[in-house]
Amino acid sequence: MRRRVELSTDSASEGVKNVKVKQISVFLENKSGRLAEVTRVLGDNNVNIRALSIADTTDFGILRLIVNKPQEANEALKREGFMVSETEVIAVEVPDRPGGLADVLWELGVAGINIEYLYAFIGRSAGNALVVFRVEDCEGAIAALNKKNIRVLGGDEVYAL
Amino acid sequence: MPGEKLRELQLPLLKKVVDRVYHTVPYYRKLFALHGIHPGDLRELSDLSGFPLTTKEALRDNYPFGLFAVPMKDIVRLHASSGTTGKPIVVGYTKNDLETWSGLIARIAVQAGVTENDIAQICFSYGLFTGGFGLHYGLEKIGATVVPSSVGGTEKQIMLMQDFGVTVLVCTPSYALYLAEVARENGVDPRTMPLKIGMFGAEPWTENMRLQIEEQLGLRATDNYGLTEIIGPGVAGECEARDGLHINEDHFLVEVIDPATGAILGDGEEGELVFTTLTKEGFPVIRYRTKDISVLNRERCACGRTTARMRKVTGRTDDMLIIRGVNVFPSQIESVLMEVEEVAPHYLIVVDKKKGYLDDLEVQVELNREKFTGSFRDLEAVERKISRKLNNVLTVSARVRLVEPKSLERTLGKAKRVLDKRNDS
Repeated sequence: MRRRVELSTDSASEGVKNVKVKQISVFLENKSGRLAEVTRVLGDNNVNIRALSIADTTDFGILRLIVNKPQEANEALKREGFMVSETEVIAVEVPDRPGGLADVLWELGVAGINIEYLYAFIGRSAGNALVVFRVEDCEGAIAALNKKNIRVLGGDEVYAL
Repeated sequence: MPGEKLRELQLPLLKKVVDRVYHTVPYYRKLFALHGIHPGDLRELSDLSGFPLTTKEALRDNYPFGLFAVPMKDIVRLHASSGTTGKPIVVGYTKNDLETWSGLIARIAVQAGVTENDIAQICFSYGLFTGGFGLHYGLEKIGATVVPSSVGGTEKQIMLMQDFGVTVLVCTPSYALYLAEVARENGVDPRTMPLKIGMFGAEPWTENMRLQIEEQLGLRATDNYGLTEIIGPGVAGECEARDGLHINEDHFLVEVIDPATGAILGDGEEGELVFTTLTKEGFPVIRYRTKDISVLNRERCACGRTTARMRKVTGRTDDMLIIRGVNVFPSQIESVLMEVEEVAPHYLIVVDKKKGYLDDLEVQVELNREKFTGSFRDLEAVERKISRKLNNVLTVSARVRLVEPKSLERTLGKAKRVLDKRNDS
């Protein structure tokens, strides 16, 4: 269904560089209409959202986005006055069956990788679910998952979904 | 001038003004009579403490010209205080008063380091407010090139500063920060502008805010002090030592009182500043309560001047908030916020009643765009850090609310930092 890019194991460092995905974080005060404004800005700039999550307290929230055009999204939001930062995350293919996510988390746990947060994609990849992981040690996580034949999608793959 | 010489100069001036208001202003005549005191009782400078204090309310009650000491034909200019409620306080100047005033401004400008080679942009409103016209004529007097750009149109103000090679910025400290922000948004690094000296006044500001302004605008920020009721700007100003503001004591006699009892406090003791004008003709005031809190220092300054210096005013008696019985000054909150690099120097203090009886203090502060990591934990850590520091300084708990950059209202004049909702309902 979609182009699959296998990671070459012989050039691991290069592979690692390619598999990080750019995530955009936007600070949002908890007042009505702010989220609508973000999505409007993205829409007006022809940016499509691939995955999103919001973490919030009573006062503020952080919206996290994976989009098809991170650079454009970042610039457009900054232009409109939003406070934006870019972080690297990894997108992992998780078998779409009971226990699929548990298996992935188990492997990361075994490898001693701490997960800061994770959230799921809107779309799927080759029949599998896609989950975004924000971990402290991206390289370690990728290496651990690759060893168990769990696929980590490259940035370009994710943006092109 | 040695202290003794100064007192020799002040005493006859003081006698003259007290005598003059007694004979020309019915309000003072009645007030003195009420306190059983007569201008003849004034033999020494210290006898002034027996005379009654003048409050802002008295000035307001005599709106508009009730306290003028000369006939209207001798008044050539009117100014008024920015009264937010009710009638303003109106002050009148004679030709001599305007001459005195521009001389005083010239003095504080020279102390701040301004010379005839400077180009000074005045971003104060030209109108009833004393800031614009006051600085204008004083700076002209020393031969500086004045750019009377007044308030507003911040992008244009920045353009003029760049194109004219402006070296002196005259505005409120909060506007200076706003200017820096707008410059950066327009791709101009404010530090690359030729600005050298800032003459800031018209609102209280902290030392930490001074550091922020200097860092962001790449200039030397100086403070000057004055109030409409006394003359406007020109009452006191910093010299190159920036260790207190030199009071122009040959024109204004200063006292510090305990705001609660009115008792006179000594040098080094914190209290409310009280001024008596020694040379003003149109609108003299006797023992005017400024509500500004400061401390006097009469030791010789490193710059060589011997006039009394007042510590930078960072609070006013009427700015003081009483939160759950504890006195809190906005300047204390400002100092804390300025020490935290993750937040910007824009804040709002909101006081409300929780459950109808418990005072609730919330500090809203804008985040610093440059320091946003996107991490939730980092933001929570910033909130905790500020809360902890506030608790230490205020001894009363405050809630911190992080808000988006540029979401708090920007003012071109005096900043509004406190929203007290306790009396609404």
